[in-house]
Amino acid sequence: MKITLDHVTKRFPNRNKKIREDVIAVNDFTFEIPDGKLIGLLGPSGCGKSTTLNLISGLEMPTTGRIYFGETDVTDIPAEHRGVGLVFQNYALYPHLTVLDNIMFPLGNLRGSEKLTKEQMRDKAMEVAKLVQIDELTERRPKELSGGQQQRVAIARALVKMPSVLLLDEPLSNLDARLRLQTREELARIQHETGITTVFVTHDQEEAMSISDQIVVMKDGLFQQMGKPQEVYDRPDNLFVAKFLGTPPINVFEGTVKDGKLYIGDEAIFPVKLAADDSAPTEDASANASSDAAPADGRPVYVGIRPEGFLPKENGAFSLTLKKIEVMGRDTSVVATHEKAQAATIRAIIASDEAVHEKDGIVRFDIKPNKLHLFDRTTERRIDYTAL
Amino acid sequence: MATENATFSGKATTDFSEKTKRRRFIRQGFLYLFLTLWAIAVLFPFYWMILTSFKSQASYNSEQRPKFYVSAPTTENYSEAFTAVPLARYFGNTLIYTVVTTGLMMIVILLAAFAFARLQFRGKNLLFTLFLSLMMIPNELVIITNYVTITQWNLRNSFPGLILPSVTSVFYIYLLKETFEQIPDELYKAAKVDGTSDFKYLRRVMIPIARPTLVTIAILKVIECWNSYVWPRLITDKAEYFLVSNGIQEIREHGFGRDNIPAMMAAVVVISIPLILLFLIFRNKIMEGVSRGGTKA
Amino acid sequence: MKQKLRQYKAWLYLLPAILFLGVFMVYPLIDVIIYSFEEGFNFVTRTSQGTGLFNYSYVLHDPYFVQALKNTFLIVIITVPLSTGFALLLSLALTSIKPLRNLYQTVYFLPYVTNTLAVGLVFMVLFKKTAYTDGMVNLLLNAFGAPSVDFIDGPYWAKMLVMCIYTVWVVLPFKVLILTSALASVNPDYYKAARVDGTRPSRIFFRITLPMISPMLFYLVITGFIGAFKAYSDEVALFGTDLNAAGMNTMVGYVYDMLYGASGGYPSYASAAALLLFLIVLTITCINLMVSRRSVHY
Repeated sequence: MKITLDHVTKRFPNRNKKIREDVIAVNDFTFEIPDGKLIGLLGPSGCGKSTTLNLISGLEMPTTGRIYFGETDVTDIPAEHRGVGLVFQNYALYPHLTVLDNIMFPLGNLRGSEKLTKEQMRDKAMEVAKLVQIDELTERRPKELSGGQQQRVAIARALVKMPSVLLLDEPLSNLDARLRLQTREELARIQHETGITTVFVTHDQEEAMSISDQIVVMKDGLFQQMGKPQEVYDRPDNLFVAKFLGTPPINVFEGTVKDGKLYIGDEAIFPVKLAADDSAPTEDASANASSDAAPADGRPVYVGIRPEGFLPKENGAFSLTLKKIEVMGRDTSVVATHEKAQAATIRAIIASDEAVHEKDGIVRFDIKPNKLHLFDRTTERRIDYTAL
Repeated sequence: MATENATFSGKATTDFSEKTKRRRFIRQGFLYLFLTLWAIAVLFPFYWMILTSFKSQASYNSEQRPKFYVSAPTTENYSEAFTAVPLARYFGNTLIYTVVTTGLMMIVILLAAFAFARLQFRGKNLLFTLFLSLMMIPNELVIITNYVTITQWNLRNSFPGLILPSVTSVFYIYLLKETFEQIPDELYKAAKVDGTSDFKYLRRVMIPIARPTLVTIAILKVIECWNSYVWPRLITDKAEYFLVSNGIQEIREHGFGRDNIPAMMAAVVVISIPLILLFLIFRNKIMEGVSRGGTKA
Repeated sequence: MKQKLRQYKAWLYLLPAILFLGVFMVYPLIDVIIYSFEEGFNFVTRTSQGTGLFNYSYVLHDPYFVQALKNTFLIVIITVPLSTGFALLLSLALTSIKPLRNLYQTVYFLPYVTNTLAVGLVFMVLFKKTAYTDGMVNLLLNAFGAPSVDFIDGPYWAKMLVMCIYTVWVVLPFKVLILTSALASVNPDYYKAARVDGTRPSRIFFRITLPMISPMLFYLVITGFIGAFKAYSDEVALFGTDLNAAGMNTMVGYVYDMLYGASGGYPSYASAAALLLFLIVLTITCINLMVSRRSVHY
């Protein structure tokens, strides 16, 4: 089932009663989740991603805007009639019921013509238990299970009604690192086998990138970008998305584009041609005031360079002050500093067989153009360019 | 896959939510009605005692059908309550009893809880288990011998006789020990390294940190003392040592010529006020403390 | 040497507690058992005429004790289920409202902090029929066409009724408080999960809420039984100190009457009665614990 959010906004009254202004958890969201895909809602904590999930499930009603499942407007339909399955961060398994009873619980709510016999319920429950591979554990109680097993029970309970949409709130955050890796593969497999449109919320970009068909990046209740993980990583729409995706994080420098060249400090990294629609620098006063360089000195930009974008070269265009070199087996990480960098240290990842040429404490690199992103200094929006 | 959603047309949806809204509204109304009825049942006796305490004896007795209001309020019952019976004395006794008992108990349980929580000595676990098992012993069982003991020590009709049996509480020692144990052990080790003595550590570190629990215990003990009836009744038969509970019973059976209900009610109001004030001031503390392990003694 | 000194210091901290508990709890506990087997123990001379089960047999044959036993059991059987059930209803209602919830909670807690003797006197005034007036409650009864009843000095059922009403009024604050906090501590995710599944309110209550708060419910039933078996001062508040005359004595009241006052001076009988009470309470508590262990699964 395709899910469409159309200008959805959710406001909450401020918890601090002295502040009259509402908290806007979700601000004017418009996007479409394609049918049968696994979607990761990604953002730092407090960005409104859980609220978005609750809006889709019907546990919360939007202040304005509409939500559609397929072509049906479900905005006013309460949660119980939307046919969604929801998996909670802490699983919310009923501690007094066995695994099987937990999974059967939603089926016991069906009434009238949909009412099932005990056998039918048991069969259906066992079927999903098999799907999530916990059919051996059905007589146990939740507290006798490991975190990963509890997670599967929670998924089974959400799936047993054959929901049109499966929603998961931070599904992996309560698991340890090893289980997390295993469970996220499992999650992808279950989604693939059932073909149910699945939305999950996470603050962990690696988690979202690794299994999602598409990711939606959010910040402070605002939609940032949506797309296939690799596409978003390769073409971040703004500085926030660029910084949020990728470990180690992207290195950000203050730079200028002047006379067809990209400068960081005094060094020209490589010649660039800014995309036509964006090449004329905005002439409004605020843009100028906020940048310390006059227009004649070129256009101020943020330069983001992915750690893997550094190529060590003896006479490379970009020089950094070396701090240390960490050998990590498969690759080597070069820790350095630069006066125009936003962070205190810069981290470059290079293949371990490549040599780093240090001279008087300086290392030099060439930069791979597809790993370098330019952003407007004021709006922090992406500036497309072509490297010449 | 559930396709049930597709059957909802836009109009059916709005009808649906209208209906649920109305049903919610009616349900809330019934809830408030139910809650209010019980609130009245709780408050009515208080209302009645305050009301009656302002009626003159003559007008109260002439009301064949009791009136819900007072036409000529009088404060004479209050002066009567303080003059005809030694109410002020009962009050003073209860105050002394409450303050001394609570104070002594705090010292005893502080020392014991500290020893159990922080000091190392042989037989600690065994002793603590013994302490815990004492929690099961009902007061009714030991009160008989205590009565005999206090009588033999010639402490009947005296404050020591009233106070001594209730200056320890196994339950409060237990509660305080648990609180003390939540204070990180590193603090104790750091203090030891700095050369702080145990007693100074207890006074300067443990007590300030455990203060919320201490306040809770003190308040619960004050309530218990203020309302205690059985032991004081056994151990005192002279009115100069009566506490308020015994005073009330005395008033009921012998005071005010038995029939002066308004004066009795005035006395009841006066006795009830201190605790109600205490409750209104420390509302959250008291309710939190009681839910952590108070029972009506 | 230093080790020894530290041992000694720990015992010093414990000394007051051990001293008080020893004198006023451990010694009396042993003593009361001895008393109960000593025939005709005399306070003044500290001598007895022999040992045996005489005291127990006397107590069990004493009509006052039988009356007290009957009263106590009636109070327990009526007030424990009634107050627990009613407290559950009130707590459920309290947790389903938002505005004014604090106010209601504060009001409901008031009886806990009031002197039961004092409020008992007010209850007596409300229920009592005197030469001047039939009292508030009778006025209400008359309004519904029922005849006046003297609840304080009248028939047994009327006295028992007032007794139970007052007991429920007194014990309810504690139960409401415990149950509201138990209800509040149920993770809201359970209710959200149930809502997404379209669970009916009755099913939510019986399959989720009730099992979730069942440990607290059992705690209340157990402490409720213990408390109700020890009923005494509420009775005194309503019917005065001479409970035997009023026919409203309880087991604890019997113990005290044997010990003290006009009918007192028999610590042996009192001890035997107290031990009997203790045994009954212990048995009931054990049964309760067994039942709760079987029905509370986590």
